[in-house]
Amino acid sequence: MKKFSQKHLLGIKDISADDIQLVFETADNFKSIINRPIKKVPSLRDITIANVFFENSTRTRISFELAQKRLSADIVNFSASSSSVSKGETLIDTVNNILAMKVDMVVMRHPAPGACQFLAKHVNAQIINAGDGTHEHPTQALLDAYSIREKLGSVKGKKVVIVGDITHSRVALSNIICLQKLGAEVMVCGPTTLIPKHIGSLGVKVEHNLQKALEWCDVANMLRIQLERQDIKYFPTLREYSMLYGLDKERLDSLKKEIVIMHPGPINRGVEITSDVADSKHAIILDQVENGVATRMAIMFLLAGRA
Amino acid sequence: MESKIILEKKQLEITIDRLCFELIERLGNFTDTALIGMQPRGIYLSRRIKNRLEEILGKQPFYYGELDIAFYRDDFRRGNEQILPSELKIDFNIQDKKIVLIDDVLYTGRSIRSALDALTDFGRPNKVELLVLVDRKYSRDLPIQADYVGISVDTRSNDKVKVEWKENSKKDSVQIVTNQ
Repeated sequence: MKKFSQKHLLGIKDISADDIQLVFETADNFKSIINRPIKKVPSLRDITIANVFFENSTRTRISFELAQKRLSADIVNFSASSSSVSKGETLIDTVNNILAMKVDMVVMRHPAPGACQFLAKHVNAQIINAGDGTHEHPTQALLDAYSIREKLGSVKGKKVVIVGDITHSRVALSNIICLQKLGAEVMVCGPTTLIPKHIGSLGVKVEHNLQKALEWCDVANMLRIQLERQDIKYFPTLREYSMLYGLDKERLDSLKKEIVIMHPGPINRGVEITSDVADSKHAIILDQVENGVATRMAIMFLLAGRA
Repeated sequence: MESKIILEKKQLEITIDRLCFELIERLGNFTDTALIGMQPRGIYLSRRIKNRLEEILGKQPFYYGELDIAFYRDDFRRGNEQILPSELKIDFNIQDKKIVLIDDVLYTGRSIRSALDALTDFGRPNKVELLVLVDRKYSRDLPIQADYVGISVDTRSNDKVKVEWKENSKKDSVQIVTNQ
């Protein structure tokens, strides 16, 4: 009997390829549900979920919230700026106080890598990592891989290049692990300062020339430059970055094949990707957002169902 | 463990034929009628019935779909098994249609209750009827009865009714497995 192997979703690192397939198959069902007139099922009606966000988020939070509402879960939202964290409360105390109000599952985003692992060890609830610092962002990786599967039929054997700020990107790390577990080839591309020195140990190719990377790949995932995480300057100017690593129409047209363009959002139009590319038929950016709701529904349904 | 075959290949064919003629008798020309098989195990029966009706009537005059009830079950998080969804295929509007739900075994009636809930989320049918291959009598947890029954059997609660189809286990048979 198939079963999701983990109690929590802390990172892609912890789950198996079978788990990922299970998420995809379940997400197929939810995708058809969110496209019908009544977009709701009663599965999680006796479950309460807390969305605990210690970092800003629009897309991920709305996506989780919609997914929870469509599963009929009760939800409470919590953001650090309006909470007692600013009064000096510790993470465990904050979360235990929420759990004392009978919460079954916690979706957490936190600026510290490993915050979700820490929480999973110390509190009695199922934890879903919605991004922990520069570490992992598992639900993003799952929805990205799901979107590739939907667009190209499968992930296995596909060549995916992740372009941009690899050093500060949790999306990059989770994507690399997820795509490799599913049998894809992964390359990272960006200026040397934004690519971790030992990234090769993850088994990915490294390329500093965007043109060559694009010629190699089937899918290009363009990441945002995360200025908020960069404490020093990693490249001279944004203008120079976008000239060397920005994807524009001209570059796309120079390729002899069609590639799929992805972006985890939020887009900085004109920096990593130009508007005409972001809005072109090659881009599946909005499909990613729609699939985000379906995959998050699948994850919460599977986790809740094994408790 | 003891098992007793209650329907084998030939009898199963005859039973399915009879169910088809009962459907024709009651539903006439199938105007605004939809046959909906229940995932995961009812679909083998519903597909057989669909195919047989097409043989008898020529072109398919009814709508056909397959319903998954995983998200509507009342034992979610209450058992040890992880409930997983199956494929759902209803590509027509069920509003104001006559629906015949099709499942292999009617036992406690809980799956049918879930199916009725699931159907409601697709619209408001004009009428819903139930067709089952095996009716386990006197074992209902809910006030649910079938309109078309292949065979009725008396069973004890620790018995199992095992329905096998050529499509999923290489032979057609219905048997009662008794735990001593």
